[in-house]
Amino acid sequence: MREGTRFPHIPPEFSYGLGRSPINTSRAHGATTNMQTLSEQILSRAAGRTVSAGDVVTVNVDLVMMHDSLSPSIIRVLHEELGAEQVWNPERVAVVIDHVAPAASVQTAEKQADVRRWARAQGITHFFDVGRGISHPVLVEEGIARPGMVIVGSDSHSTAYGCVAAFGSGMGTTDIALAAATGRTWFRVPETVVVRAHGNFRPGVSAKDLGLRAARELRADGATYAAVEWHGVEQLTVMERMTLATLSIEVGAKAGLVPPTGLKLPVPEWLTLQEDARYSRVIHVDLNTLEPQVAAPHTVDNVTDLSALGRVAVDVVYLGTCTNGHYEDMAAAARLLRGRRLAPGMRMLVVPASAQALQRATEDGTLNTLLAAGATIGTPGCGACIGRHMGVLAPGEVCLFTGNRNFRGRMGSPEAQIYLASPEVAAATALTGYLTHPQELG
Amino acid sequence: MARVWIFGQDINTDQIVPGRYAPYMLKNEADLRNYPFVEHRPDFAANVQPGDLIVAGNNFGCGSSREYAPLALRMVGVGAIIAPLFARIFFRNALNLGIPCFTADLTGVLRDGQMVELQLEAGQIITETGECIQLPPPPSFLREVWAAGGIVPFYRTHGRFPGEAA
Repeated sequence: MREGTRFPHIPPEFSYGLGRSPINTSRAHGATTNMQTLSEQILSRAAGRTVSAGDVVTVNVDLVMMHDSLSPSIIRVLHEELGAEQVWNPERVAVVIDHVAPAASVQTAEKQADVRRWARAQGITHFFDVGRGISHPVLVEEGIARPGMVIVGSDSHSTAYGCVAAFGSGMGTTDIALAAATGRTWFRVPETVVVRAHGNFRPGVSAKDLGLRAARELRADGATYAAVEWHGVEQLTVMERMTLATLSIEVGAKAGLVPPTGLKLPVPEWLTLQEDARYSRVIHVDLNTLEPQVAAPHTVDNVTDLSALGRVAVDVVYLGTCTNGHYEDMAAAARLLRGRRLAPGMRMLVVPASAQALQRATEDGTLNTLLAAGATIGTPGCGACIGRHMGVLAPGEVCLFTGNRNFRGRMGSPEAQIYLASPEVAAATALTGYLTHPQELG
Repeated sequence: MARVWIFGQDINTDQIVPGRYAPYMLKNEADLRNYPFVEHRPDFAANVQPGDLIVAGNNFGCGSSREYAPLALRMVGVGAIIAPLFARIFFRNALNLGIPCFTADLTGVLRDGQMVELQLEAGQIITETGECIQLPPPPSFLREVWAAGGIVPFYRTHGRFPGEAA
């Protein structure tokens, strides 16, 4: 017998993230506008018609990226479940071995061998093997990921391609298999949350601090189903922009784009920042007063000013990932480490995001500076970011990590503690043995 | 009857299946069924029964794109997941695998270990006292994918994407 019907709490303005946005939909600018967000411009072109936030659209994709971790399952779904013999276009499907590179076990070695054979048989032109680096910087360096493209990738940090104003979005095995088979996928056109930076970074403060400051404000779900646009950061290099673009998924975003302003790359004429576009939310960050930020265990939005934390002893400093393993990040660390040695008992692991970054660091002496200080260098790739190899943490260890996730168990033992911060804070911490503001070292 | 398993908010995919337990890392990929919540809630995999419900807090499934997280839940037969908000990649993955997801906050309504009945077609949960909880109906284009059993059978049957004109 039913005594009554109760309706559970449904968040206002939210229906499966598909009707309206879960976030505040007040307009930041004028009430009526034909101006489009970057996502609307890119998805309109890809859909072949004018689309706006909230529309469910099927679009042509420009590039599909798959990485070693999910490739075996993608290949299986492609052939066995979808019945596709060939990918839709072997020049537009990129395959990268980066998550366990080089292989750490017989299982991973065998699966990588399968992926290599498959890529060869399919005639995949953009195949990047062990040591070339993390998919995201590699596809940007190679000029394969370009402004205005729609790029879907099997790694959640595929928001990275927003560093060149591409609409990059992470998806799982089945969506990527379907996109690789058909060259198409579906999206709900996202609302856009703008993070507007003002002024200039102070010494020892960088893009990571801006990204963590935004996560502090937006929280882990603050841009779910939306896109993030990072405005006021024209001064940043492409890889510094990638720091922001990769952190966009950590606030739940579908894509994270930096406007193409200042890019030294060909930008399609139809792609421009239209500041009167309709944004669902705008948050402002004053770089002139921004302090180094730290995300304490075990969530990325558990962010505080470094200066507000007490003395936190650190066992290992880990500099790497698609968020902060770039040349710029190694160089920033080297500026602090030059002529100094790591604190007694400290380990510092540096895993360059790409071979190109490593080569550049080698050529200008950055690498020598890191080695002379006592750091060690790993193979370019994802390293221990996923806790599988190359620096897995023991129970009780505290790690200062320049990456993007500090979830419990992320880098190994669930009893380890992970703090996220910038490369500058990483280097300062490596020198003292506890979380340290770079300015303390002058 | 289905058992209710209550989870907190911001449950990330590393908590559902740590990257160290990915099929990529396993000798036998079928072992994935032993690893949902292996570290976060070690009693789950051993005791979950087909049809059981996961009732979670806000932002369920945030983090990585790993489809093996919802796949592990499907392998043990999770009947539906109910949360106020799902992280988008997790939601797409669950949809693609045919796992029903309802957006509602029932963490304060149901309790861990409670036995209920899920009536999927009607979108209702009936408690042991006969109380009926109405779940918000998903948009029709998502229901079509569930009805087909996931995105692959949907695409193979219809030759189009969800929401795309026939």
